[in-house]
Amino acid sequence: MAFTDYILHLADNALILGHRNSEWTGHGPILEQDIALSNISLDLIGQARNFYQYAAELSGENSTEDTLAFFRDAPQYKNCLLLEQENGDWGKTIMRQFLYSAYAYPLYTEAGKTNDTQLVGIAEKSLKEVTYHLRWSSEWVIRLAQGTEESAARMNKAIIELWKYTGDLLSVPAYSILSPEANNKISGEWNSTVKYVLSEAGISIPENVRMEMGGSDGKHTPHLGNLLQEMQFIQRTYPGVEW
Amino acid sequence: MRAIKKTYNQKELGILKILEGVFDPEVPVLSILDLGIIRNINWVEEDKIAEITITPTYSGCPAMDVIAMNIRFVLLREGYTSIKINMELSPAWTTDWMTASGKDKLKAFGIAPPNYSSVGKNTSELFPEPKPVQCPLCNSMKTTMISEFGSTSCKSLYKCDDCKEPFDHFKCH
Repeated sequence: MAFTDYILHLADNALILGHRNSEWTGHGPILEQDIALSNISLDLIGQARNFYQYAAELSGENSTEDTLAFFRDAPQYKNCLLLEQENGDWGKTIMRQFLYSAYAYPLYTEAGKTNDTQLVGIAEKSLKEVTYHLRWSSEWVIRLAQGTEESAARMNKAIIELWKYTGDLLSVPAYSILSPEANNKISGEWNSTVKYVLSEAGISIPENVRMEMGGSDGKHTPHLGNLLQEMQFIQRTYPGVEW
Repeated sequence: MRAIKKTYNQKELGILKILEGVFDPEVPVLSILDLGIIRNINWVEEDKIAEITITPTYSGCPAMDVIAMNIRFVLLREGYTSIKINMELSPAWTTDWMTASGKDKLKAFGIAPPNYSSVGKNTSELFPEPKPVQCPLCNSMKTTMISEFGSTSCKSLYKCDDCKEPFDHFKCH
């Protein structure tokens, strides 16, 4: 059970961020970056599908990747709070992507060392894709923060708005299947990547922030409900419809 | 490591030959054998089942469903009625499995092929020194990356500083 929950947690993380990013498709500030973020969405949704298919296989009970994505309500979703936050401006979207990619990279590295063949397969595949996401989002955090007065102000605002969800991102769910050493390594590497990139960018890390917690246990901000309402609408209205 | 990992019998070699006629829907000059996504072909004589194992290029590559459907089509056309297509994620696909002729076809099509091995590419080093990519049109090595993400997951966008033409680069992945 714990194992399936953990796979679902990974699936939900990838799906929710992938969905949020996909809201930018057709609305990006310039064509190349619209394409870039849409590509990242595609990778994330692909990763989510691999995890959901595996979770469906593990849980049986006639569940499929689609029933897991479309017929669970917000309290059943196990994604981190950071990922369901609204896109805001381009700067906030980039900052959210960066904070997540800096976490996903060491996470998939460690998941790739477990002894579950299927999890290792998905993690190895995802890691290759996350490598691009981390580089791209790091470059953009630095570029925007070092850009104009306006873009720098927006990046500083973004870190203030998002920092309170980083405690939840790093918190280890009770059902985590990774070893405590692996989880420590993930948060250690996240801290050093975030410190390095934000210092290159000249953005200071907010201090004494009260962290919002609970995403992996299904305690979400209202934004997730709104997201699911849109994402699940067709399947809820016409269950099982295909096209 | 190559895409073809075992010695095939006559029947399986026949299937392999048929699969040469299935192309990547997004990069139509490449066959799925050029691309290196066929991991195994297995003919089950007693049940007359053709089992094909493929691996996705990128997790979200929408071409994979089309490719699986096309494999089914060409085999049905050749009289195979029981076809099983397995998707295998590990080991993760790499452009190192692309054939030399596949790379030549890409270049002739105007896409810079993935000429560097991706072994050891997954370093946590954030900003590695970019390796030069040759312009597929004028062969100049003076090119600049416009964006790491292109029209499909597997490509990035470049421009040539000599002939000034923009071009796609099939990423070393």
